[in-house]
Amino acid sequence: MTAKVESLSVSSISAGRRIRNRLAIGLICLAIVVAAVPLILMMVYVLRKGASAISWKFLTKPIPPPREKGPGMGPAVIGTIVITFWAAVMSIPLGILGAIYVTEYGARNRLARVIRFMSDVMAGVPSIIMGLFIYTAYTLKTHKLTGFGGSLALACLMLPIVIRSTEAMLSLVPGDLREASYALGTSKSRTVLTVVMPAALPGITSGCLLAVARAAGETAPLLFTIGILQLHSNWNAFKGSNTALSAQIFVNAQQPFAGAQQRAWGAALTLIGMVLILTIAARVVSSRFSVKAS
Amino acid sequence: MTTTAVRPESPPDLLRSGRSKIGDRTFRILALGCGLLVVAILALIAIFMTNQAWPAFKQAGIHFITSRNWDPNNNHFGALAFIYGTLGVSLIALVFAVPVSLGIALFITEIAPLRFRTPVVYVIDLLAAIPSVVFGLWGILALQTPLGKFYGHVSNFFSGVPILDRIFSGNAGRSFFTAGLIVALMITPIITSLTREVFATVPRTQKEAALALGATRWEMMRTSVLGYGRSGVVGAVMLGLGRAMGETIAVALIIGSVPSITLSLFHPGDAMAAVIANQFGEASGTFRAALIGLGVVLFAMTIVINVIARGFVSRSERATGRA
Repeated sequence: MTAKVESLSVSSISAGRRIRNRLAIGLICLAIVVAAVPLILMMVYVLRKGASAISWKFLTKPIPPPREKGPGMGPAVIGTIVITFWAAVMSIPLGILGAIYVTEYGARNRLARVIRFMSDVMAGVPSIIMGLFIYTAYTLKTHKLTGFGGSLALACLMLPIVIRSTEAMLSLVPGDLREASYALGTSKSRTVLTVVMPAALPGITSGCLLAVARAAGETAPLLFTIGILQLHSNWNAFKGSNTALSAQIFVNAQQPFAGAQQRAWGAALTLIGMVLILTIAARVVSSRFSVKAS
Repeated sequence: MTTTAVRPESPPDLLRSGRSKIGDRTFRILALGCGLLVVAILALIAIFMTNQAWPAFKQAGIHFITSRNWDPNNNHFGALAFIYGTLGVSLIALVFAVPVSLGIALFITEIAPLRFRTPVVYVIDLLAAIPSVVFGLWGILALQTPLGKFYGHVSNFFSGVPILDRIFSGNAGRSFFTAGLIVALMITPIITSLTREVFATVPRTQKEAALALGATRWEMMRTSVLGYGRSGVVGAVMLGLGRAMGETIAVALIIGSVPSITLSLFHPGDAMAAVIANQFGEASGTFRAALIGLGVVLFAMTIVINVIARGFVSRSERATGRA
């Protein structure tokens, strides 16, 4: 009986429709190949070029002038870490608090909807605009190129990402938990901080790590704010100009000299490595300690 | 994102001491302040940048966006060629990225066996995590020469064919087309993940109904999945467009930095974000104001596109019963 139905359904489909079906599914599978091939080509290229450039010296020594060969990208590694660190210190607490307002205090009010919408819109603002904004609002006022200027621009970039991901995680926390806490006589702020936040913490951490990864790879916000041509290490974000891996790649990619290009490949591999570690860490955190939402 | 549980109201303040009430209120105000920060920053971006760009806007007037004469040495600031470049590169990028993204999203939600889904999603996330500048580096140092040669063959092939020979003329490795290709790679992950979310919300009953009526797998996808998710897909594509227009560093490295308005895909051009990145260093006075002005125009364009896109996305969320 079932066999009969099956054969009926196959033969009842005209050849044209069957071919179109095959063709469409073939094209859909082709889409995967089209996306994967350039990615693989690029990764192989960066690995091949970058691996020969990277060494302990490369990661720690000062950057030589463009014409010279030899390793040295240390100041850029330090700059990326310092600038991204301060951006995270500013944007993560502010973003989490903003998300707490949107989900915990403003579930039904219009202001929270406006904030949510605006953070969506802000997430779509190009990163170079954040750089120009900090240039006009901070660099022009202080007349100084510092790592902190770059941190401010990156923080503007990260803020909406942190808000949106935190908000998504907070709204996964079951309402029962909040009710149970209120029933014990706990105040709202205490409920948020000691019940809701811990429940959502792995997800929030993962979202923040992804935001940090995104910021660490950004170049455009740093171009006008940190004085990218610095060749010596500077751990101090508040004094003196700084540089970053992304900015060094941008500058060295445009150099005609083999040494500079070699360092650009090395810096690219280093940067991809840092970003990937953060991305993988985010995955591990969210899968290991995931919210036990009902 | 979606909660079915009713969010409980906060408890009445009957038994609470004054101190904890103050603490509660302070926390609420603090959180509100952080939320409002987003609105404040958006407003400040508009104010500070317009303020700094004003000398250029005042000097060029409407010609700032209608003239193609960009000559900083003689104080002519017409940004039309850059606007054209930004839109052109974004269009090329969308032409490639949209079908590929829709294909991947359909593959993940409808075709792939369960155990393939996670690796594919991983690859897409990986693509999203690669910094823009690395794409640019690859484009300028590895792709430039072979692509230029390839373009040469293509334009030879089409020479003599009316219209097509204009579109496919040129053989510059650093060109509109190269920039479009690279940007396509960069916006594919975002369009894919947004459309995947949209497709995942299509009710199972819709798909089963289509299959029960005798639809093939593709007919089911076309009518149920794509039909049901149409407005979400439009929103996702527009968000991708916004991202493409703001893409800076990769484009700055591979577009060729020659402001031009031409139909030829394989000619060098320039784009708004790219020209800001490339020329800001040596700019001062009105020139710098004009570059910031370009930023203002770009900001306005991306805001408009994002607002419209979010409208489409939230309409599709309402249609599928998520809100």
